[in-house]
Amino acid sequence: MLSVLRIAAVSAAVAAFAASSTAAFAQKKYDTGASDTEIKIGNIMPYSGPASAYGVIGKTEEAYFKMINDQGGINGRKVKYISYDDAYSPPKAVEQVRKLVESDEVLVVFNPLGTPSNTAIQKYLNSKKIPQLFVATGATKWNDPKNFPWTIGWQPSYQSEAQIYAKWLTKEKPDAKVAILYQNDDFGKDYLKGTKDGFGAKAASSIIMEESYEVSEPSIDGHIVKIKAANPDVLLIYTTPKFGAQTIKKTAELGWKPLQIITNVSISVGSVMQPAGFENAQGVLSAAYAKDGSDPQWANDPGMKKWNAFLDKYMPGVDKTDNGVVYGYGAAQTLAKVLEMCGDDLTRANVMKQAASLKDFTPDTLLPGVKINTSATDFAPIAQLQMQRFKGQKWELFGETISGDVPAE
Amino acid sequence: MSAAEEIVTEAPAVEAVPKRAMTLGYGTSLIVLAALIVIPLFVKNFIIFQMTMLLIYALAVMALNILTGGSGQFSLGQSAFYAVGAYTSAILMEHAGMNYALTLPIAGIVCFAFGFLFGQPALRLSGVYLALATFALATAMPQLLKLGYFEEWTGGVQGLVVTKPDAPFGLPLSQDMWLYYFTLVISIAIYVASVNLLRSRSGRAFMAIRDNEIAASAMGVDVALYKTLAFGVSAGITGVAGGLGAIAVQFVAPDGYTIQLAISLFLGMVVGGVGWLPGSIVGSAFIIFVPNIAESFSKGLSGAVFGVLLFLVIFLVPHGARQIAIIAQQTMAKFKKN
Repeated sequence: MLSVLRIAAVSAAVAAFAASSTAAFAQKKYDTGASDTEIKIGNIMPYSGPASAYGVIGKTEEAYFKMINDQGGINGRKVKYISYDDAYSPPKAVEQVRKLVESDEVLVVFNPLGTPSNTAIQKYLNSKKIPQLFVATGATKWNDPKNFPWTIGWQPSYQSEAQIYAKWLTKEKPDAKVAILYQNDDFGKDYLKGTKDGFGAKAASSIIMEESYEVSEPSIDGHIVKIKAANPDVLLIYTTPKFGAQTIKKTAELGWKPLQIITNVSISVGSVMQPAGFENAQGVLSAAYAKDGSDPQWANDPGMKKWNAFLDKYMPGVDKTDNGVVYGYGAAQTLAKVLEMCGDDLTRANVMKQAASLKDFTPDTLLPGVKINTSATDFAPIAQLQMQRFKGQKWELFGETISGDVPAE
Repeated sequence: MSAAEEIVTEAPAVEAVPKRAMTLGYGTSLIVLAALIVIPLFVKNFIIFQMTMLLIYALAVMALNILTGGSGQFSLGQSAFYAVGAYTSAILMEHAGMNYALTLPIAGIVCFAFGFLFGQPALRLSGVYLALATFALATAMPQLLKLGYFEEWTGGVQGLVVTKPDAPFGLPLSQDMWLYYFTLVISIAIYVASVNLLRSRSGRAFMAIRDNEIAASAMGVDVALYKTLAFGVSAGITGVAGGLGAIAVQFVAPDGYTIQLAISLFLGMVVGGVGWLPGSIVGSAFIIFVPNIAESFSKGLSGAVFGVLLFLVIFLVPHGARQIAIIAQQTMAKFKKN
C-alpha cells in the first residue's frame, strides 16, 4: 500500500513538474537541428560537374551566414551552414541530402540547386516532413502546396516570366507576329507554355512559329534562317546562354531586325551580350528581378552598398559581375528573415509556416518594387519582374514591375 | 608482316589472370559476408542506404570486370546499360504497376539482349576502338532518354519518380534495411553465378579469347559467339544493378546516367583490380566514398584532390585491391612460418 502511495506521489510530482516546465518553456520549441545556441541548415550544390559554375551560389550563402554569425547570429543562435557537392547528379543528390538529414541532422534543406536534383529529393523530404526551402530552380512545379507542403520555390518561375513577355507584347505591340525559339526540354517548354497562357485567346493568332532546338546541337544558325523565312516581327529567345549569344549574332549577320526578347537566364553581359557583340545586342529586351552587380546605376543604392561591403569583407576577390553572387545573397537573406520570424519556435512546421507568411519582404539585391510574398496557397515567393532594354554596354530598366503569378498546380 | 602476326606480337591489353586467382578464399568470403549481414543492424538508415548503393555499384563494377577481366574487351558504355536497366524497372513499376522484384529479371533480360546486339558490331573492333564505340553509346544514352517520342514513358528530362517498396509480410524492417538485404541476396546470387560462369567452359573460353584470340579460335572456341555473349552477360548484370539503383534512389533521370557514371565504373574496376571479382566491392567503395573524402578536404578543389588520391592508388598499387590482398596474404604466410 505504501509503495502504491509512493508511486502516486512521485507521479503527481512528475506531472506537476512537467506542467510547470511546459509553461516555463512554452516559447522555446525545437526540432532536430535547432537548439538554444545553433541552427543547422543543409544545402546541396553542384561544386563539380557540368553545372559547377553555379557553385558560387553556395559559397556566397556560406559567407553570408558567416557574416550573420559575426553579427551575433539569428535571435542569439549561430547558423551552421553545411553544404555538399551533388555534381548535378540526381543519385548523388539523394545520397548527400540523406547524409544532411540523417547524419548531420539539419533543421531544413535550403536552396538545393537544379530541377533534376530537387525532383529526386522532393518525395523523400516531404515524407520526412523536412522543409525543402527556396529551391534554386525556375520550374513551375515547386509551387504545389497541396501535394508537396514541404517544398517552396524562390525565384520567378519560367512560366511567370514568359507570361510577363506575352502581357507586355499584348499591350505594347498588339498586332505582333511572334516567333518562339526554345530549347527542347522542360526549361524551354515551361517558357512556351507561359507565353501561350499569357497571350490567352490571342495565342493562336499572335504566335506564327514555334521552333525548337536540341541542347546538343553545335549551332542554331539553321533555325534562325528558317524563322526569318516566316518573317515574324518579334523573336522570343528562350535559350541557355551559349545559344542566346548565337541567336543575337546570327540575326544581326542576316541583316534582320525583329524585336528580340531574351530570357532572364541568358542576360549576362559577360557571357551573352559581349560574345554576341554589343553592336548586335542593342535594343534587345528582357526582364529582371534582381539588381545587376556590375551596373553603375546601383552605386549609391543602400541595398547594393551593403552587398558590396559584404563581398569586400567576406568574399574578397570574387567576380561581382557573376549573377550567382547576387542570387546567393538574396536567397540567404530570405532564409535569415524566415528564421528570424520563427523566433524561439524552431520546429520544422513553424519554419514552413513562416516561409509561407512572407509579406512584402525585400532583400537588398532585388529590384525596387519587386517584393517577396507567400501564403499558405502561394509557394512562389518572387513573381514580379521589370522589363529592361540593352543599351550601350548594359541593361536599362523601363516601365513598371509586372506580376506574372502562375496559380498553384 | 601479316595482320595476324601483328596481333600476336602485340602485348596483351589485359594481363592474364589465372582463374583461381579470380575469387576469394572460403574463409575470407565468409568473414566478408558476415560483416555485410551484421553491420546494417547497428548503423543509421543513411549508412544502410550508402551500403545499398555500395552493393549496387559493386554489381555494376563486377559486370564490367567480367567483360574486361574475363574476356579482355573494354567498355566505357556501361552507363548506357545501367540506364536501360534503371528505366526498364522504373517504367514497369510506375506505368505497368508491376512488383519491383519482378522488374529486375526483366531489366536484366532487356539489357542482356541490348548488350548482345551491341556486341555484334563491336566484334569488328578491339582495344581502344571498342572503348570508343562504347563511349559513343554512353554519350548518346542521356539524349536518347530525353527524346520526345519516348517522353510519355520516360518522363523526358523530368525523369520518373519511383515508389520505394515496404518490407513484405509485415516484417519489422525499415524500407532501407529491407532494400539492403534484398540487394544483398541478389548480389550474392549474381556473384556466385559469375564465379561459376568464369570457372565453367564458357569462362575458360572468355579467358582464352582474352589471352590470345587466334589461339582460342584455333582451339575451336567460337570467338564471335563468346565475345558477344560476354557483352550480353555484362550488360545484363549492369541492367539488374541499374534497376536496383532506380529503386534505391527512387528516381530516374537522364542526368543520372552520363558518361561520368561509365568512367566511375571503369575506375572502380581498375582500383578493385582488373579480373579480380571480389575487388569490385573495393572499387565500388572507392567511387562512392573517395569523392566525399576529397570534398571534405576542399570544396573548390575536390576534383583535384580526387585526382591526387587516384594517382596515388594507381602509382602505388597499380593492380588495385588485388595487389593489397596478395601482399596481405604473403605477410600472413610469413607470420605463420615464424
